[in-house]
Parts: sequence; C-alpha cells; structure tokens
Amino acid sequence: MSDLLLEMRGITKTFPGVKALNDVNLQVRRAEIHALVGENGAGKSTLMKVLSGVYPHGSYTGEIIFEGQECRFNDISASEKLGIVIIHQELALIPFLSIAENIFLGHETASRGVINWNAAIAKTQALLKKVGLNESPNTLITDIGVGKQQLVEIAKALAKEVKLLILDEPTASLNESDSQALLELLLQFKQQGISSILISHKLNEVSKVADRITVIRDGATIETLDCHKETISEDRIIRGMVGRDLSHRFPPREATIGETLFEVRNWNVYHPLHAERKVVDNVSFSVRKGEIVGIAGLMGSGRTELAMSIFGHAYGKHISGHVYKNGQEIDVRTIQKAIRNGIAYVTEDRKNYGLVLIDGIKNNISLANLPAIANKSVINEPKELRITNQYRDDLGIRSSSVLQKTVNLSGGNQQKVVLSKWLFANPDILILDEPTRGIDVGAKYEIYTIINKLAQAGKAVIIISSELPEILGMCDRIYVMNEGQLVGEMPAADASQEKIMKCIMQQEVNQQ
Amino acid sequence: MSAELQTNESSKAAGFNLATVFAFLKNNMREYGMLVALVVIVLYFQFETSGVLLQPTNITNVILQNSYIVVMALGMLLVIVAGHIDLSIGSVAAFVGAVAGYMMVKNDYPVILSIAACIAIGAAIGAFQGYWVAFRKIPAFIVTLAGMLIFRGLTLVLLGGSSLGPFPESFSNISRGFISGNEATTGFMSNPFGGADAKLHVMTLIIGLAFAAIIVYLDIVGRKNSRAFNFPVISTPLFIVKNAAVVAIIMAFCYILASYKGLPNVLLVLIPLIVLYIFVTKKTVIGRRIYALGGNEKAAKLSGVPTDRLTFYTFVNMGVLAAIGGMIFTGRLNSATPKAGDGFELDAIAAVFIGGASASGGIGTIFGVVIGALVMGVLNNGMSIAGVSVDWQQVVKGAVLLIAVYFDVSSKNKG
Repeated sequence: MSDLLLEMRGITKTFPGVKALNDVNLQVRRAEIHALVGENGAGKSTLMKVLSGVYPHGSYTGEIIFEGQECRFNDISASEKLGIVIIHQELALIPFLSIAENIFLGHETASRGVINWNAAIAKTQALLKKVGLNESPNTLITDIGVGKQQLVEIAKALAKEVKLLILDEPTASLNESDSQALLELLLQFKQQGISSILISHKLNEVSKVADRITVIRDGATIETLDCHKETISEDRIIRGMVGRDLSHRFPPREATIGETLFEVRNWNVYHPLHAERKVVDNVSFSVRKGEIVGIAGLMGSGRTELAMSIFGHAYGKHISGHVYKNGQEIDVRTIQKAIRNGIAYVTEDRKNYGLVLIDGIKNNISLANLPAIANKSVINEPKELRITNQYRDDLGIRSSSVLQKTVNLSGGNQQKVVLSKWLFANPDILILDEPTRGIDVGAKYEIYTIINKLAQAGKAVIIISSELPEILGMCDRIYVMNEGQLVGEMPAADASQEKIMKCIMQQEVNQQ
Repeated sequence: MSAELQTNESSKAAGFNLATVFAFLKNNMREYGMLVALVVIVLYFQFETSGVLLQPTNITNVILQNSYIVVMALGMLLVIVAGHIDLSIGSVAAFVGAVAGYMMVKNDYPVILSIAACIAIGAAIGAFQGYWVAFRKIPAFIVTLAGMLIFRGLTLVLLGGSSLGPFPESFSNISRGFISGNEATTGFMSNPFGGADAKLHVMTLIIGLAFAAIIVYLDIVGRKNSRAFNFPVISTPLFIVKNAAVVAIIMAFCYILASYKGLPNVLLVLIPLIVLYIFVTKKTVIGRRIYALGGNEKAAKLSGVPTDRLTFYTFVNMGVLAAIGGMIFTGRLNSATPKAGDGFELDAIAAVFIGGASASGGIGTIFGVVIGALVMGVLNNGMSIAGVSVDWQQVVKGAVLLIAVYFDVSSKNKG
C-alpha cells in the first residue's frame, strides 16, 4: 500500500460563467497535516466541497482516489462513510441540543428507532476525553464557547471514525490559547495516524504544524511545499498565494481628488448578541471627494460590520463615535437618515440583503428613492419606467425588459441592478461591500468602470474587498483592517499584496 | 401591466385569430386561472341547481352573504403580503359588533357616532396587535392567536352571554338594504326583455354603465402608457374583445341586480373599498413598499423602507377593516351575538390564498382576493342550494383550498 491516503487528480469544476477549479491536483499522505492556503475565492472551499461530496460526482471532472480506491461520492454521507469528515467555518451544531445529542445526530446509538442514552453518553464521555474537553455530555451547545464548540465538532468527527479530517479556518474565531489547544490536538491525531487538511489564513500557524503546504491561486494548484525539506517562511507562502499579472484587469482612471468629504471618528461597535464582544474597535478614517478608498482585510475582520453600522446602525449594539460630511456631523442612527444624508451601502450579499428577488428590475431600482418618482405618494409609473429604462441602458443590464424578475438575472446583472438602485438614490458617499463577489471577469470590468465614473463625478467611494488585486487595482488609498481595528493605511502607489498581508500578520504576532 | 400579453411582431401583424387568443390565455393563466375556475364552478352549480344560482334573488344573496368576508380579506391580503397573518379578525369583528350593540341598542347613541367609535376601536385593536408584531418582534401568529382569545372573551363579557338587537334601521340597512329603498318601489322601469310585470332599477343600470366606462377608460390609458415605452401590448382586436367582455360582465351583473331590488347598499361600501385597495396596492408608495417588505424584509430595510412602521400600519388597517366587516355582519343579522364572526379569519385567509397570494409574503393581488372570496362564496351558496350537508361542505371547501394553492405553486415553479 502506498503512503498516499488521498489523491485528487485533475479536478475541474465550473459554475455558470466561472471556472472555479482548473485541473487541480492534491495529494495527502497518511499521518500528515496538509495545509491548503490561498486567497479568498481561490477555490479552497470549492475543492473541499468536491472532496466531501457536497458537489456530487458528475458535477466536476477529474478523479478522487482514497486509500487506493477511486471514489464517486453522491453526497456528504458517502464520503463520511469512508472516514472523510469536513468541519466548516460556520459550525454545524444545533444550539439547543446537548453535546451528546449533537455528536450522535444523524447516526444515533439506537435500536429500532429507540435511542440508548446510556450508551450515547458513555461514548460521548470517551470522545470528549480524547479531544480534551472537560464538559458534561448533557451540556447544551449554546452554553459553551466557540472554542469548545469547535472541539465538539472534532469529537463528532471522531465518532464517525475519521481518517481524514478537513478543517476550514478552524481558528478564525478562536482566541490564542484555544487555537493552540486545537493545533496540539491535530498533532496528537497525526501520531494516531489521522491525517488532516488544514485551511487557514493564519500562516504562522500553518508553518508551525503543517508537514506540507499546497498553494492554490485562481482555481489552480501553484505548488506544494514540503516543510521537512526546507524551512518555509511566511513570505515564501505569501509569494505563492499572490503574485499575478494585474495588467488590463482594471479600467484606467485619472483621479481628481478634492477636499475631505466623509469622515468617521472613534467608531466603536459591539456584537448584537454577545454584548461583551467588540466588533469594531475605535476606527477612524476619511474619504475625500473623488477618491476611491479601499478597506482590505480577511473575512471576519469587521469590515462589513463597520460599513453596516455606519449605514444607519444596520448592525451592532452600543455604537459610539462620530460621522462627518463636509465637516458637519451627521446623524446616521437610522437607515432612512443615513440615506437622506447621502450615504449608500451596496451589500456583500446581494441575494439576501440587496434585492427583492421576486420583484422586477424596475421595482428594485426605484425602491430606495420612491418619493422621487411619486407625486404625493402616488407612483408616477411612466416616469418610473423612463428612469429605470435609462439605468438599464446606461449600465447595460442584460434583460428582456425592466419588468424581468431579478431572480432570473446573472450575478453581474443583479449587481448592476443593485448599483442602479443606489445611483438613483443619488448619494455622495458610496460604500461598496465586495462589489464583484461571484461575478465573472467581463462583468467585473463593467462594474469597475461604473465605480470609476462615480468617483469622477466627485463622489466619495469606499470599496471593501477580500480580493487584494481588486483593492490594489481600483483604490487611491488603502486601509487595512484586522480584528475590528484599522492596522494600517497606505497610498495605493506604495502598496503591495505582501505589504497588506504583512500588516495583518504583524498584528496577529503582536497579540501573541 | 402584468395582464398584458407579450406578443412579438408577427402575432401583432396576424391580428385577431385563435392562436393569439390561445397564447393570451396561456400567458395569463396565472392571473386568470382562478377566474376560469370561478366560471366553471358557477356554471356547474347553475346546472346542478337547475338555474337557481344565477337568479337575481340568489345573486343578491351571495353578495350580502359574502360582503363582510371580502372586506376583511382586503386587509388580510396586505397582512399576508407583508409576510404575516391575522387570526384574530373573527373575534375582533364580534367584539366590534358587541360594542355597536352596546352603543346603539342599549344606550341609543347616534348611528354615525357609533360607527365612528367602532372604526376607532378597530384601529386601536390593530395598533395594539401591530405594536407587538412590529416593534416587539413577537410572531404575528402568536400575537393574533392571543388576540383571538382576548377579543372573543371581551365580546362575551360585554354581551353577558346574550344577544343585543334589533339595531336602528339606518344602521342595519347598510348591510340589508338597497339603494332603491327597503320596499324597492321607486325608480324602476319596465324590463324590455322580461314579461309584463318585470321591472328594472334604473339607477343600478346607470351606476353600472358609469363603472364600466371608468374601467375601459383606465385600460385605454394604461395601454397607451405601455405603448409609449415600447412594451408589448395585446393586439387591438384582442384589446377590444377583452374590454367588451369586461363591459358585458359588469352590465350583465347589474342587469341581474336591477331586475330584483337593485344595487344592495353594501356594494356601495364594498366596491369603493376594492377600488381603493387596488389603487393603494398598485399605484402608491406605501403599497409598493409593503410588497418589497414581504418580498425581502432585509433588502427592503437596507433600502430605507421603514419596515417596522409599515408592519404596524398593515395591522392598524386590518383592525379597521375587521371593524367594518364586523359592523356589516352585525347589521345583516340585526343583532350582536356572542358567536358572531366565528371562523371569519379562516374564510378571509382562504380567500387570500385561493386568490394566488404567497404564504411567504410579497405576492398577491386584490383582484385575486375578490375572486378567491367569490369562489368560496359561490361554493357555500351553491352547495347549500344543491342540498349538500354542512359537514360535507367543509370537506369540499378544504379540498378546493388545497387544490387551488397546489395549482398556484406548481404553475409558479414552471414559470
């Protein structure tokens, strides 16, 4: 038997309009911790979904060989049967069930449908001991912290007799000591012959525990680094992750930058449910007229929370701080007030927060500024049609008519509808959260062109993005955000992906 | 707009032929599906009851029997479109009826004052329930379930277990009377199509003509607007046929009413309300926002729609319409009874869903609701005349609700 546990060969997966994975190869040995690194959207999660059967056999090309056998998984349970268990970033535990109930959910220790609770609890105790969690099996999930919940997930995986454990950003929401404990556990498992695939942005952790590192970029495997042959520095990994040709992906722009238009000072936001968790920590920044400012940072760094809390306190609790427009303090305590003061926020989640999908293009575009097409609150439909048709033509929304339902549009055209809605509201400050997520390259260019036009018209534009090339290609000035704080600011001319990543890493190191 | 057919150039050139009619029906199946079902049901019972169903007396009866359900279903549509439900309206209607009885029968308060007070009480009840749903985020199902118990209980408290009646004639006439007066003697002419004794109420026919003229006028204006934006419109012959059919239906309806006692007073409440709510849902900012709220509350909120306040108002509106419905029902019985309004909420909800509204909010039309209420009304009436027992009537109505919604869901999945 070879020492290869898993081999994924030539995996290609396409979504409508996008090639998410292109001929990806991955080899995991027995008793190995294999790290998978890459930028957001590089294709790591997609690859793992192919492996675990979320995308069933037939929806991709290429082959998966596990323990020498070719596998064709139709769903997650098929891969779990062979001992491949994935633990997602968002934990899949049921909060109001106990630890024991969660661990055996779906494969209860039951005979003829009747659960043997004594057996379940005894088994749970043994599993909890293995993962080093000192809690009663009857404790409810909601009563333990995120770190312990992570351990319950791992215990759940052990209960399924796992051979290959896949962890997607397991330490993203953990504090330092919990992260350490988790990594120790992975090393222990390695001793017992269990392999792990570790997806992580925290490169210091990766270089500490991984035996080998596979780098993925733009849906393709770039290289596999062996940590035992040579010492791999974080810089070496970053170089693999980024480093791509940026020419011609962004339309050119002559920036004419004026006075400071928008300023936020000492902004603090707390989590809406966990009142003690500070999500945005004393953030101050400014945007000038005609300027495009980028906020870079990893997922979960508090960027979206910052934007949404400024936009009418749409997120968070106990918000404090000041917002100024043209030097005057403005009131943004409700969304209506924020809009009236000329702020627009294009959400990162256009399907759930941006569009009324069951409505047509016309109704979506006019929604944020209905009074402008109404006469004493009666909608002037000819005027509405004229205006929305104008936006459809100007932004090139490909559709049969403005009455077409937005649910049937492609991602790029949906995003253009959302942009039209906010253009019609005629804001002075535009906050764009992941404006090109899930959009193909051609539509991205069109959206960049629209953004450039807005800046040229003298608006203040803020782009939040996980894609560093986008930030570098579009912005005049860049703020770097991590763990709720702004940890760096640089003009785009001086910025590079390495510099931004370093800003983020620097802070992680400082915290240790 | 949605009623218009999407035609291409070639079919426009072909003008009026069977294929275009077929395409028109096919494309508007969703809009008119229930209308077709209503016609089928009417024809079936017309046959089954040997022509009794469409007799002037019976048509008038159907209107009087269902008027209060239609009124309440109008409010229920807005509540359901906004993504909520109201289970309390039967109890609210009974409570308002009891208040009406307390004021007019027991204490001889003036009728106008009592009606105003009842509407205000309805609004206050709606505001009370809306407060819990909109601002305290208690699910509407629970709030209105509590309301159902509370207001039924208060009805019993107010009436002390007995009925109050009769009401002043000027009150009960709203739901019992006719514009020709109670005796139905004045304003009639002889019926050119009927026998020697047959008479027609002139004013009823005039009102019908005026109403038909307004509808045709609005359709012409709407078509002109669509043309101006190069939207597909139905071909001119088809347009003429469609409007001729609408006028024919309205006039046939008025003719039937005119040959009995004329227009019932309650239609003078009901028709303006229906027109008002069609206008509100289709043409106003607040209507548009309610649909957006029900379609995607988060997106609506992030677009600056005051979602909480809007939810509150839909419940206030529901309370007012429940009060009006309660008064019409009380007037029709001519007494306020403890058991009044029992199950009205279910009839109104059924009418809304049969009319094509989505249970998850954001979809539904007033036109559909009226058709839905008529389907239920004609089923009730037709089965009663045909001698189907009350227990089996329930079974049939339940089955019709299920089939209608299944039909709607499956046609949406295809489309």
